[in-house]
Amino acid sequence: MLNRIMTAHRQMDAACEKVGGQINIMEVCGTHTVSIFRNGIRPTLPRRLKLLSGPGCPVCVTDQGFIDVMLELAQHDDCIIATYGDMVRVPGRAGSLETNHLSNVKVVLSSDDALKLAEKHPDKTVVFIAVGFETTTPATAVAVGEADRKGIENFCVLSGHKLVIPAMRALLSDANNKIDAFLCPGHVSVIIGSEAYGEIVSEFARPCVVAGFEPMQIIEGLAEICRQIVRGTAQVGSVYQGVVSAAGNTTARKIVAEYFEPYDGYWRGLGTIAGGTLRLKDKYKRFDALERFGIEEIPAEELAGCLCGKVLSGLIDPPECGMFENKCTPDTPVGPCMVSSEGACAAWYKYGRIRKRRS
Amino acid sequence: MNQREDKKILLAHGGGGRLTSNLISSLILPRFDNEVLGKLTDSAAIELSSSSVLFTTDSFVVKPLFFKGGDIGKLSVCGTVNDLAVAGAKPVALSLSLIIEEGFETALLERILDSAANTAAEAGVRIVTGDTKVVEKGSADGIFINTAGIGTRVAGAELSFDKITPGDCIIINGTIGDHGMAIMSKREGIEFELSIESDCACLADLTCKILESTPGVRFMRDPTRGGVAAVLNEIAEGRRCDIEINEKPVPVNPAVKAAADMLGFDLLDIANEGKVLIVASQDSAEAVLNICRNHPLGRQGQVIGRVAETAAEAPIVEMITAIGGKRIVRTPYGRDLPRIC
Repeated sequence: MLNRIMTAHRQMDAACEKVGGQINIMEVCGTHTVSIFRNGIRPTLPRRLKLLSGPGCPVCVTDQGFIDVMLELAQHDDCIIATYGDMVRVPGRAGSLETNHLSNVKVVLSSDDALKLAEKHPDKTVVFIAVGFETTTPATAVAVGEADRKGIENFCVLSGHKLVIPAMRALLSDANNKIDAFLCPGHVSVIIGSEAYGEIVSEFARPCVVAGFEPMQIIEGLAEICRQIVRGTAQVGSVYQGVVSAAGNTTARKIVAEYFEPYDGYWRGLGTIAGGTLRLKDKYKRFDALERFGIEEIPAEELAGCLCGKVLSGLIDPPECGMFENKCTPDTPVGPCMVSSEGACAAWYKYGRIRKRRS
Repeated sequence: MNQREDKKILLAHGGGGRLTSNLISSLILPRFDNEVLGKLTDSAAIELSSSSVLFTTDSFVVKPLFFKGGDIGKLSVCGTVNDLAVAGAKPVALSLSLIIEEGFETALLERILDSAANTAAEAGVRIVTGDTKVVEKGSADGIFINTAGIGTRVAGAELSFDKITPGDCIIINGTIGDHGMAIMSKREGIEFELSIESDCACLADLTCKILESTPGVRFMRDPTRGGVAAVLNEIAEGRRCDIEINEKPVPVNPAVKAAADMLGFDLLDIANEGKVLIVASQDSAEAVLNICRNHPLGRQGQVIGRVAETAAEAPIVEMITAIGGKRIVRTPYGRDLPRIC
């Protein structure tokens, strides 16, 4: 392993040498962010190689308006809110699912568990809080399909499912972006395939390299990006071969396309992204929670002083937010990036904080 | 109990009348029989060999009640035995109180009591007193157990934060996170190819052997809820010292690691029920490790870190990661929520 690390570091040094200034690589995925921090990768990198945490934490990019709709639905006594664990602690304008002490909130690990809840409680409407990127959407689609086939009408989804490529495109379209290359998510790429990044590479000339979540894979992914920088090329690369194919999982994508369609949804910090969010197609609208309860999701401003949006865009590091570590901590989170286990602020707080040494 | 009563626990089983005495005489006494409990007095009278007595209590509300490697009965005995053990005591006697939800299956109660009785017998402690209450359906989740325990101090075992000295070694007796991940995988209905088993075990035999033969032990604590991360931070705060641990030697079961990675958990944060973190002087670390490795509960024992004088305004726990990086280790929030993808 030591040899592989040293080879990788030589590549990184060579790239820094060539560029002269700083190299900014964005790890798109929250799982990468956590692995980078948990394995202490950052302090081992050359000083001029900077990692930016990207928008790939599903909870973090979910708009404040969506959170408020979720909390509103939780007030309905005849509803059961079935949600992934991470969403429970995200604060809205009126508390969070956790602090509101609601007995109708159930943490589930999958959309299938949510559907089972609906079968078990025919007198309640189960609202599945469907957030996540391409990895979780197929399962939601399957659950809607099951509900449709079996006639489980007391099941519906509040969809906040998002797509990675439109987000990368939006980030690069911002004139202030500092991104030189992307470390692309392993799990999402299993579904979308590595060739999905082709459009980013050809349009914006930024290297896109897919990596798994083991520390060695991340280090080698960064080295592959640096190799491209030294050569002066921008290509789609992968150090996760054998897991990620060029075409991805076409079956999963077909299932998603049957039930969902992209629209211009609102993302926290990034604003409206063209074709970046998924909603149920008209044919399946009766399983759409907004439709069922006649609620409109209104994009909402972030809570006062919260800079999660800038963190998600790679414009600032969490400690640059005035609330980080004083008003906003994992015990008293203000923004979602401090709540989610995949959030950049939570990772900085939990693993990355270097306390001031006595001089 | 007769046929009519024997399937489910009724409110009357906790009411102090005929059903209560039937329950005690047919389910409790035969399992925990000893001369102190058998007298059924209001208080247990016990003779102790030392005047230095340690006393602790703990409540158990685990869900699921049965999991791979243990159940609430075993856990309720191990938990209190271990709290005594890591404080430097030889456990002597326990109380066992049951709070049962009306309608709880008697057969399950019997399994739990069998397990508690066997665990206590193996650990060499007697259950000398107890209580049973039954609450209305919906007021409890199946069964809750409280145990309290007393023990006598092992001669010379004066363990405290104050004894910890920079340069001391931190030793663990085996793999981390097994209990928490066993519970979590059962609770979430996740099946893994390799089975994950709780490490639930009574540590008193191991800790007594260490304390009786090694004078250099400064402090011990069992990393239960909050895991190794919480205990290391308690030590750092309690003694105002820094701690540096090394990821490489930290023993980990690969299946447990895979499960934790999948759910997004850090194994340092995950609960253990048969592990002890031992702070020992550099001179005695080897001897402690030898005792561990010659004991069934410490075969995978390792020195995982060291205590250092704090150089910061607030003490820190740092970890040298397997790839040679560095990061801090903090006390976890306290509620483990699985991640999204």
